[in-house]
Amino acid sequence: MSAAAQGLVRLPVWRARFVLAVLALAFGVLGARSVYLQALKTDFLQGKGDARYSRVIEVPATRGRILDRNGDALAVSTPVQSIWAIPSDVELSREQRRKLAALLGMEPADLSRKLADAASRDFLYLKRQVPPETAHNIATLAVPGVYQHPEYRRYYPGGEVTAHVLGFTGVDDRGQEGVELAHEATLAGKPGSRRVIKDRLGHIVEDVESIRAAQDGVDLQLSIDGKLQSLAYGALKGAVEASRARAGGIVAIDVRSGEILALANVPSFNPNNRAKVTGAQVRNRVITDLFEPGSTLKPFTIALALESGRFAASTRIATAPGTLAIGGYTIRDVHPAASLSLAQVVQKSSNVGAAKIALALPREAMWDLFRRVGFGTAPALGFPGAAAGKLHPYRSWKPVEQATMAYGHGISLSLVQLARAYTLFARDGELVPLSLVKTGAVAGGEKVISTETARAVRAMLELAVQPGGTAPRARISGWRVAGKTGTAHKQENGGYAADRYIASFVGFAPASDPRLVIAVMIDEPGAGHYYGGTVAAPVFAQVMQGALRLMGVPHDAPLDPVLMPDEADEAREST
Amino acid sequence: MAKLNLLLLAVLVACALGLVTSQHKARKLFSNLEREHARARELDVEYGRLQLEASTWALHARVERIAKGALGMRPADARRTRLAGRDASR
Repeated sequence: MSAAAQGLVRLPVWRARFVLAVLALAFGVLGARSVYLQALKTDFLQGKGDARYSRVIEVPATRGRILDRNGDALAVSTPVQSIWAIPSDVELSREQRRKLAALLGMEPADLSRKLADAASRDFLYLKRQVPPETAHNIATLAVPGVYQHPEYRRYYPGGEVTAHVLGFTGVDDRGQEGVELAHEATLAGKPGSRRVIKDRLGHIVEDVESIRAAQDGVDLQLSIDGKLQSLAYGALKGAVEASRARAGGIVAIDVRSGEILALANVPSFNPNNRAKVTGAQVRNRVITDLFEPGSTLKPFTIALALESGRFAASTRIATAPGTLAIGGYTIRDVHPAASLSLAQVVQKSSNVGAAKIALALPREAMWDLFRRVGFGTAPALGFPGAAAGKLHPYRSWKPVEQATMAYGHGISLSLVQLARAYTLFARDGELVPLSLVKTGAVAGGEKVISTETARAVRAMLELAVQPGGTAPRARISGWRVAGKTGTAHKQENGGYAADRYIASFVGFAPASDPRLVIAVMIDEPGAGHYYGGTVAAPVFAQVMQGALRLMGVPHDAPLDPVLMPDEADEAREST
Repeated sequence: MAKLNLLLLAVLVACALGLVTSQHKARKLFSNLEREHARARELDVEYGRLQLEASTWALHARVERIAKGALGMRPADARRTRLAGRDASR
């Protein structure tokens, strides 16, 4: 046996060293690589990792509800599905196409054309805001390329009754009109977002961070009383239809709190289905439209006369011969009388009397009173488009303007301004700030005229609804009522239309301790009657009677049935 | 020394298992929380729907129609009304 065969084979030393060096190098490379990945590329890699399983998801916020003062829902957002498609992915069998088109409410041919037209796009709304049942039926068809995503849709259970107060939201659930627009900031809420980790099946397994918390919209409780609103709308609609008028408006104000309990317009619209709505229907006339109030402004002239100390309720004004010519313009009375007391000027609605009184008073004082009761200033309702009205500065007044303004011509205002101004007589000389949001508290008023004056005018306004006044039809059984009619010629092409009128009535009850002011306006009554006392006063009576009963106001008059006056007992007026 | 090492190893294994279980529990609880949140939202939506429904059924016009039509009711006539109480007017 040879030595080589017996002994161990001695390998050259360099081979071991070589292996060691290779191993050391390999470790070195690994170490360098790990340093590179851990220290230098870490952000990039972590980002890539997160992209695999962590997701930022939107947290939707629901829009706040709108409630009436009793907590009944007036507007509620509820989720609906919007159907969308990736046109190039859609594969429809003939049967599916027919069913899908029927569910979407379109012709099968139209559906095909719609998809073909949008073939190059990645996204196409087939129909937005479909009810949950329809969405479910579409989902069960399982058409490839057709998807759904949830959206919110606003429902208004009150429909046309509350349409003008509430306004409406657009398809994106944002306010576009009325309270929905005025209170958009608080109603809307803010959608939030958060980062989560999802597992393979799409379940959220871990909340990593909340990027922004979702804030749901705040519910809004309005001052509107649902029952009273419905009563007011019904009565107004009936009157507008019966008198074949163009339009009408009504507003009811709580005297103590200044809250608007009802506000309705005719014509109205259905906010749940606005496909055929016109601008005229959407306009909230009570707040945004100006009109010349006519005789309903006379009590303010009388109040100013009493405040001046130069007139008393019994002071007689010579009104013969029933006309008064100033600056080429003749003021007329419908019932000429030799002389009338201040109280009778209101009761009989004498234009000559009111004009003569106004001319005896400084124009600055008259302007100041009108300004202080809020004419020429938009009421602070926070309502979009609230009109300020037109009150010219007194320096530009000519005598004829001052005289006509005494009975409400040459000045324009909105119905809500007029109703608010009447709180002056209902609250012993205080003007109350209005609110469309429930306050539930007695509002502090601003004293404008003395308590004595306010009470004296209130007594005159009570006379105006008695037989012999202009509005005996405004009386109701069980409560004493006070108020004033207006029958103003409409303005047209810079002049006054001879045969087109705005009939109005503003009043309050109970006269012993007023709780509610209601103003009614009927635009262009046809059907033969156009006096405020015949067209607008019955609406007032109907709503006032119901409202006082609803509010549980104690009676201040016997519950005798109100006898409707003969034509002879009713005074006419021409403004 | 070896005993200590073994002990530490056991503690380590226990800790590792504990971590895994607690993470599992946390995820389970979290997914429960998610489910409850979703339920809360659903209930809120349902509440909104019910409010809508209640408002629709209770529409003043509808109540009046039923009271007048189906129930034969009518507003109290002044002639047939008697007031009782402290400040009754008669």
